[in-house]
Amino acid sequence: MTGTASHENNAPLTDTEVLRIRNDFPILDQDVNGQPLVYLDSGATSQNPQSVMEAEQEFYEQRNAAVHRGAHTLAVHATDAFEDARATVAAFIGADENELVWTQNATAGLNLIAYSFGNASIGQVSEAAKKFALGIGDEVLVTEMEHHANLIPWQELCRRTGATLRFIPIHDDGTLDMAAAAELINARTKVLSFTHVSNVTGVINPVAELVGMAHRAGSLVVLDACQSAPHLPVDVKALDVDFAVFSGHKMLGPTGIGGVYGRAELLDAMPPFLTGGSMITTVTMTEAGYLPAPQRFEAGTQPISQAVALAAAANYLRETGMERIHAWEAELGQRLVRGLEGIQGIRVLGPASGIPRAGLAAFEVEGVHAHDVGQFLDAAGIAVRVGHHCAQPLHRRLGLNSSTRASAYLYNTTADVDAFLAAVAGVRAYFGVEGA
Amino acid sequence: MNSLDSLYQQIILEESKARRGGDLPNHHLDATHLPANVGQCHQLNPVCGDEITLRVETAGDLVSGIHWSGDGCSISMASASILSDMVVGLDRDGVQSLIDSFREVMRSRGKLEADEEVLGDAAALSGVSKFPARVKCAMLAWVAAEDALNQTR
Repeated sequence: MTGTASHENNAPLTDTEVLRIRNDFPILDQDVNGQPLVYLDSGATSQNPQSVMEAEQEFYEQRNAAVHRGAHTLAVHATDAFEDARATVAAFIGADENELVWTQNATAGLNLIAYSFGNASIGQVSEAAKKFALGIGDEVLVTEMEHHANLIPWQELCRRTGATLRFIPIHDDGTLDMAAAAELINARTKVLSFTHVSNVTGVINPVAELVGMAHRAGSLVVLDACQSAPHLPVDVKALDVDFAVFSGHKMLGPTGIGGVYGRAELLDAMPPFLTGGSMITTVTMTEAGYLPAPQRFEAGTQPISQAVALAAAANYLRETGMERIHAWEAELGQRLVRGLEGIQGIRVLGPASGIPRAGLAAFEVEGVHAHDVGQFLDAAGIAVRVGHHCAQPLHRRLGLNSSTRASAYLYNTTADVDAFLAAVAGVRAYFGVEGA
Repeated sequence: MNSLDSLYQQIILEESKARRGGDLPNHHLDATHLPANVGQCHQLNPVCGDEITLRVETAGDLVSGIHWSGDGCSISMASASILSDMVVGLDRDGVQSLIDSFREVMRSRGKLEADEEVLGDAAALSGVSKFPARVKCAMLAWVAAEDALNQTR
């Protein structure tokens, strides 16, 4: 799928193209509770195209072996496949291949960063590692819209080091309070860690502006790209972040693999988090030397077949075109919000229709708990997420305990969105709260 | 009856709005310094945020009162309401055996038929057992009641 002119390359996908794309996703072609499946939970986990599953199977059928050890031929093939996969995925996010560390997922990636900073903060560390050290008087800054994965590791880091955790508040429409950000980012700020795209409100944060403020203040910047890397073009170098994390299973890949991007000079200076085999140079009974990144952060046997499969996923996304995917999902996001705004008793979280958002919408149904909404939709074959979406503080800020979220991906049609909206329109009547 | 309707029977929808026993005032949410005949338990389902604080009052061997404050889905709220209506006046053993019977049905994955003679209105919740993700919703108040009762003397 290679476009010819640039305007065509960046045009949204069309329903016709999406119907063709769906043929690559066998799981989508099934009935659930007697209805055709409408999968609108890709914000939680995405589905895998045939090519991703085939890549993993081909690896196990032809090339499986331990990587970076052993001199036999299969080990060489497996190592090549593993490192080719790294180069492919690194290029997908605009990184060099030595700047991508494999992790289990984004949560593991954020913990890797936070624990490495913690390791730089205690005991004897190298001169180079001291730039990551935190202590009393230092501040770690997050936002009020963070997923728990980008909150709790920092809470714990601050607890261990004596640093203070602060947060940039949001406005009622879910967007970040940039005036407050300008105050909160200051000389005490050592780390600014924030999400690129909110998994609840679909707000896309102004990365360049935040990075500019943080770097002028001398702070490191960590970007949670979990909800952006799968859905819009992400170039970590252009964004100028110091670290970024993402999860493979949210971007058409398998579970059990994700990545940490770090600027090469930072990764090589940072103390390791997990230690053990494969990440060392010389080991004695009293101490060990560590390899440069990325091996420095990859102790033990890595998720090899998952890396190979994730590279196939990155290729699928690249060939489809991230600009086109983003433009299509932006349309679906607007269709979701417009439709929900037209249903009585529904309150959409985040920006109103007409204002840019990712291809997702979380909402409250007045008088009906989100869990019941999700159950009702499931009976109609529609898969959505219910609950707090691992963002309790954000829900509390918006006056809720939970919400229902529909999140689209490149394989969703406008018909999926319309089927969802038609079902939502029947929720309040079913639970007897219409007009209440 | 389709399976959604068997889950959300009319009585469930009504009980979720009636919230019988759902009158525990906010200033009673703190469970410190309770008299010996009163037990209180807070239960949270972190998956969906369903939450209940439930207080059991006893007089001798009998449950004399039940009061709760909670927020959650219709299943969890209806279940708390039905429970509250059933246990007042029962003795400890009666409450425990009711809770045991209810738990057995809930955990049966739809295999056990609820005995209305034993479970009364709570039998209407038996449809929940076919939805494993919702069993915790239905059990929330019952787990709280069991714990609260065990605190009393």
